[in-house]
Amino acid sequence: MTPNFYLWMIPLLPLAGAAINGLLGKRFSRQTVSAVALTFCIAAFGWALFVVSKFSGLVLPHVETLAPWLRAGNFQVDFAFQLDQLSLVMLLIVTGVGSLIHIYSVGYMWEEGGFYRFFSYLNLFMFFMLTLILASNYLLMFIGWEGVGLASYLLIGFFFVKDSAASAGKKAFIVNRIGDFGLLIALFLLIKHFGTLNFVPLFQNIASMPVETASAGLLTTIGLLLMVGACGKSAQIPLYVWLPDAMEGPTPVSALIHAATMVTAGVYMVARSHTIFERAPMALTVIAIIGCLTALFAATIGVTQTDIKKVLAYSTISQLGYMFIACGVAAFSAGIFHLMTHAFFKGLLFLAAGSVIHAVGGEQDMRKMGGLRKKIPYTFWTMTAGTFAIAGIPGLAGFFSKDEILWRAYQASWAYWAIGLFTAFLTSFYMFRLWFMTFFGEYKGEPESRAQGHDSHGHDTQVHEGHGHSGVHESPMVMVLPLILLAILSVVGGYVGVPGSLGGQNHFDKFLGPVFRSTAPALNAHHEQPGETAPPEQTTEGHEPEAGHGTEIIFTGISVSAGFLGLFLAWLLYVNKPQLPQRIAASLGSFYHAVLNKYYVDEIYATLFVKPLIDGSTSILWHGVDQGVIDASVNSTADGAREVSDSLRHMQSGNLRSYAGWIAAGAAAVIAYMIWMGTR
Amino acid sequence: MVPLSYYLVLSGILFACGVTGFLVKRNIITIFMSIELMLNGVNLSFVAFAAHWHALSGQVFVFFVMVVAAAEAAVGLAIIISVFRTRQTLNVDRVNLLKL
Amino acid sequence: MHLALFLIFGAICVAGAINLLVQSHPINGALSLVVVMASLAVEYLLLGAEFVAAVQVIVYAGAIMVLFVFVIMLLNAGVEEHTKGSRVALLFGVPGMIIGSVLIAWLLLTNSGTGAVAAGALPGAPRDLAQLLFHEFLLPFEVTSVLVLIAIMGAVVLASKPEPLPPPEEER
Repeated sequence: MTPNFYLWMIPLLPLAGAAINGLLGKRFSRQTVSAVALTFCIAAFGWALFVVSKFSGLVLPHVETLAPWLRAGNFQVDFAFQLDQLSLVMLLIVTGVGSLIHIYSVGYMWEEGGFYRFFSYLNLFMFFMLTLILASNYLLMFIGWEGVGLASYLLIGFFFVKDSAASAGKKAFIVNRIGDFGLLIALFLLIKHFGTLNFVPLFQNIASMPVETASAGLLTTIGLLLMVGACGKSAQIPLYVWLPDAMEGPTPVSALIHAATMVTAGVYMVARSHTIFERAPMALTVIAIIGCLTALFAATIGVTQTDIKKVLAYSTISQLGYMFIACGVAAFSAGIFHLMTHAFFKGLLFLAAGSVIHAVGGEQDMRKMGGLRKKIPYTFWTMTAGTFAIAGIPGLAGFFSKDEILWRAYQASWAYWAIGLFTAFLTSFYMFRLWFMTFFGEYKGEPESRAQGHDSHGHDTQVHEGHGHSGVHESPMVMVLPLILLAILSVVGGYVGVPGSLGGQNHFDKFLGPVFRSTAPALNAHHEQPGETAPPEQTTEGHEPEAGHGTEIIFTGISVSAGFLGLFLAWLLYVNKPQLPQRIAASLGSFYHAVLNKYYVDEIYATLFVKPLIDGSTSILWHGVDQGVIDASVNSTADGAREVSDSLRHMQSGNLRSYAGWIAAGAAAVIAYMIWMGTR
Repeated sequence: MVPLSYYLVLSGILFACGVTGFLVKRNIITIFMSIELMLNGVNLSFVAFAAHWHALSGQVFVFFVMVVAAAEAAVGLAIIISVFRTRQTLNVDRVNLLKL
Repeated sequence: MHLALFLIFGAICVAGAINLLVQSHPINGALSLVVVMASLAVEYLLLGAEFVAAVQVIVYAGAIMVLFVFVIMLLNAGVEEHTKGSRVALLFGVPGMIIGSVLIAWLLLTNSGTGAVAAGALPGAPRDLAQLLFHEFLLPFEVTSVLVLIAIMGAVVLASKPEPLPPPEEER
């Protein structure tokens, strides 16, 4: 008798919170609003912990059906939720990190207008994300997918009176939709060829299919289309352009949605569909290439940015690229591992950046910061933890996950590894650049007593002006506590995945093993086949002889040194010889400008796609069809009616004799007709 | 023996004259008289057919036509008097208060 | 003989009708209409409809035309003046009717082959007419009596002098 955990309660709790806050929140005090939001979010986390405690006795995958949904002939889709190791990991990440960010947001958004609205949207987002994770079929997952896009739009455009925020929200939603279109077509193909969208039967069905060698088989097509959807949601090339603009939203939003959870939905979806991808090597290659390109591309842009949040945004895109590299070499559990550690340290980095911005009264330009480490110590130490984690300094979480990916990538192709390594160097460089520029040196901002009369109700840049405190100040405890917790996680979070080469057991990989290995395709003796598909017994490195460990240690050493090289270079350029960056930028000239302007990608898109679309719509659809055909036909009908009646009007002249004439004419016509009928 | 069609032609001529008068004349009373002329022409063709087909109902119909013509003349002339009282004219073109 | 009579009185008829059109004073028109009616009565006699001929003279020429003449005298109708009339009437009506009547005449004259009508040998006796009127056509007969009643009342109401209005009440 399978136990029923009422999994559907987990998404529904935040939904209840969203509904209460959304409908009634306007009348609540801030305390009530935050209490409601936090209660439901933490309750969801508690439920998730409860499920974890019961996890070990379960038969997996554990599917709970709430209610039937669609029935169309043989096609059937239900509101059903699935629990297995993968969804459990994602569940803990989303609810855990989500709850911490909710707590942080109470402090961050306290002075803002629309407080209840923010928490309503945030809870709504939690609902959709949890639906996405817990869904046991693609259609319910798609609902969550679309829903998080909606929540993202609402939250990015939270300060909707700002044009830039509203446009950023629109941009995010539209670009996401482009990806969703690919995803939809993939779903249609799945329905057509397999007749079901439920994970369990679908993947069992697919598992019996052979590995496709041709580059245009069914599974390859489906895989590529799924990847299009993932590109949109997870901001990969070419659909990444929305993520930097999404920094218009409040910083907790950037932390939660655009670092820890929503953008990882694409990675989750690809991992969930691993059965398909394992049998479509061409799709996997494409994924890996896209991941590589994106990681490198975004890292180069991140080097030049001066807005603290934009640096983190490009960093997110770059790290997502890493996750896709992992998926592309079929190291799915490594990708999920990096997803988890990334949620920790990137969430932490964003929250800490928010704390910094709060401290300096709304300034986001790093060139106006500096020397903050004494003034905001908690923020400084937590952000340090995050920075070291992302740079891959040994011992912290990012080190283990990133190295795992690099090792796997090398086993597929040295090119992946080389690009990944260079990107790791760049990552370390720009993160330490941020760290140095923000916390070291002289404070370059406005003088301490900034008593500018900021209107802190969302009509200004980011937030947190006009507290009445003057000068740089530390954030309140409600904001600092989540920072500390996330910092702890960033430090210790990697220890669940210590690889065998360093003496660990890689519990994480073992934990996720049953998910990814149960449907591995039959092996041919291709040694390059990524380690996931080994005969399922022991650890990933089981098939590697001891010599493999040695190689792995060497590679680990290389990537660590890349990290330290980045640190050194950042120190050199931003602490030791601060005039150097200008000279380097000047010598690189137009290349530097290109990178600074994000390679003009937005402008290219605008010219290639946006402008022709708008012009075409204006001239063809608006002027041509809407005004010229639809309006014109309606108007000409009215005009015609008026003209007919105008001409008929003259019959009513008020002149008796003309009436007499008309009568006579009519009579003559009738008589003529009757004669004609009579003579026929 | 007079062929039937001669009677009908005569009737038609009378009718045509009546219509012409109805359309052309300007005095209301003259117009009315043209209407009576039309009715007479029609009566003639009724009677002619009655005689041709040996069906007396044609003559009965003439009887009714005459009754109706009488009633119509009475009421119509009363209207003319009424109009004359208000408009002080018998010219039909002057009765044009409904003109656009 | 019948033909001669027919043609003579037919000519008188037509002359009277044209005279009605031509005359400008309505009284002249009324009198020529009387002439038309009288000659029509003769035509009816030629067709053997004695009763109808009598009624024509008594009712039509004797009552209706008298009524017309009364009204003309009462209203002191003068010579018609020339006013600009309606184009429609002249355009449609006159040519239309001329064409129509010519057409009808031609049709009738070329298509007739119908037999001639004898005079006198026809049942036009009042007695047979009465039989018909009070048996088959009883209902229309009664209805026309009601019609006449209504016409009388209508004529009286329409033609009566309007009562002077009472002076407006100031107390309202």
